[in-house]
Amino acid sequence: MSPLTLIKIALKALLRNRMRTFLSVLGIVIGVAAVIAMVAMGEGSRISIKEQMTAMGSNAIIIMPNRDRRGGVQQESTSELLEEADIIAIRENATYIDGVSPMMTVGGQAIVGNNNSPTTLSGISADYLKIRNYEIEDGVMFDDVTDRMSKVCVIGQTVVKNLFPEGDPIGKTIRYRNIPLKVIGTLKAKGSGDFGQDNDDVIFTPYQTVMKRFSATTNIRQIFANSIGEGYAEKATEEIMGILKERRGWTKPTDPFRVFTQEEMIQTITSTSDMISLVLTIIAGISLFVGGIGIMNIMYVSVTERTKEIGLRMAIGARGKDIMFQFLFESVIISLLGGVIGIALGIAASEIVKIVFNMPMSVSVTSVIVSFAVCFATGVFFGWYPARKASRLDPIEALRFE
Amino acid sequence: MNPILSIQNIRRDFKMGDETVHALRGVSFDIYPGEFVTIMGTSGSGKSTMLNILGCMDKPTSGEYILDGQHTEKLKRDALAKIRSKKLGFVFQSYNLLSRTTAIENVELPLLYNSSVSAAERHRRAIEALKMVGLEGRMNHLPNQLSGGQQQRVAIARALVNDPVIILADEATGNLDTRTSYEIMMIFQELNRQGKTIAFVTHEPDIATFSGRTITLRDGLLKKDVKNENVQDAKAAFEALPPPEEFEE
Repeated sequence: MSPLTLIKIALKALLRNRMRTFLSVLGIVIGVAAVIAMVAMGEGSRISIKEQMTAMGSNAIIIMPNRDRRGGVQQESTSELLEEADIIAIRENATYIDGVSPMMTVGGQAIVGNNNSPTTLSGISADYLKIRNYEIEDGVMFDDVTDRMSKVCVIGQTVVKNLFPEGDPIGKTIRYRNIPLKVIGTLKAKGSGDFGQDNDDVIFTPYQTVMKRFSATTNIRQIFANSIGEGYAEKATEEIMGILKERRGWTKPTDPFRVFTQEEMIQTITSTSDMISLVLTIIAGISLFVGGIGIMNIMYVSVTERTKEIGLRMAIGARGKDIMFQFLFESVIISLLGGVIGIALGIAASEIVKIVFNMPMSVSVTSVIVSFAVCFATGVFFGWYPARKASRLDPIEALRFE
Repeated sequence: MNPILSIQNIRRDFKMGDETVHALRGVSFDIYPGEFVTIMGTSGSGKSTMLNILGCMDKPTSGEYILDGQHTEKLKRDALAKIRSKKLGFVFQSYNLLSRTTAIENVELPLLYNSSVSAAERHRRAIEALKMVGLEGRMNHLPNQLSGGQQQRVAIARALVNDPVIILADEATGNLDTRTSYEIMMIFQELNRQGKTIAFVTHEPDIATFSGRTITLRDGLLKKDVKNENVQDAKAAFEALPPPEEFEE
């Protein structure tokens, strides 16, 4: 019997029981739509995390003093501190490091005339821009040597908007904790990122300026660096640690500093989000499985109901496999129909969630293809047993069935 | 002339728990091309079992069954299905038409299981078969829009469509009133005149008078196998019936 004829017979049988077919299809639709939407959600959050991390600077490495654990309380070690000489040593000796910059923050209010903004002042070196993927929009970046300790700053677009609503901030002065800082450059907008903070709400000033004029300390809380490329984070970390230990003649087995790499952070965050999306996908998969059981159930009913028809078809020459394929086609049509509608619904649901709840959603082509394949497999798997039962009926018994 | 169908010492036992029921205890006969044979017997005589074996839906426990020159005793399910598809035509007591399926689609059904027949050829042969039973005007009617006699005629057309070597009828008039039964017998006689070989199982003696030969089974054995010298004409018998009363049909 040709496949086309089988499809016709199957469609006819399905149309004969519209409500029943609709309900079986619905079971699959819900399962597939759930899988598509859940995978889209997981994929969306993964992509969004990755984008934010890249915006932050995908090869970034952060070095901080280690914490001692005393009586279960973590506290910052007072014995080992980072200092300017560490920065210079890393810059001069490290081969896997592209840029290095301290990060010294000062809290306060930035004031220009009647406008003010509660922006943190960050003391950095020029390398910080490339480490964090900032770019200059107008003016210039300060220089580590010539602008050492000078009262200049470079500001982000949020600060421009808040303090200079009329625009053109270059050459104007911001007062921060009563110290005037001349704006010599502005940064290109970077948008909100990482974990919701505004990357454009920044005021950068040379770290020596912060040391000398704001915090009166030579201790550096954090050092930012970036490796020369993706995959070098581990080598770069080892190298930095080696340099820092060597400078201190460090012999203890524990490390004096903590080092975070962007790669590690991405892994930590994505592994969490992967876990969540895996759980959601499994739940959705279970609903698809339940839909499959629905198909199996209805196929059993269908086979029983049509026992006499099966007997007749066999009497007039249908082979077992003709009958088998007839019923198998029915279940596959149900599941594929459910698959197509479910995929469409899943994509639509993803788009709606994206627009209404502003969540990152990304429907992956893979999930669509896999869903479709799984539907086909579901139809075959759950249709197989009832179809086989039908194909093994005895024509005499089947014809006698009332 | 070689027989179209030949059975030799056919036995068929059924195991019912500990007991063995001997439905057929060694029956032999031949049917030749162009014969119209009725197989008679009371219920329990083995005539249904005989028909199932002749129809290749059941296999004998022992004995030989040669259909159109081919031994069938050792064949597997699929091979038997192929024989049913190519060589046999069935007419059942309860018509067994597919519901919500038009007359012509019902007639086309056996050809669907024969991949060598194209869709166009299928359609053409179905129309031809429906013409032979006088239903060319009802091709697109559904079974529930047809009378019992018309439904049985569709079933006969379905049995003809694959041009079988023999038509097997199982109490084909059992669900019909006398007038309609005779109408159906007219069709069978006409088909027989055109050369079709027919084996017709019935328990009604008047039906048997329309055939040329009657085989009678009793308790699984062949009791009588007689040529009917005085074959009745179904058309004449039909016309001799009193006219139907007003409220009928």
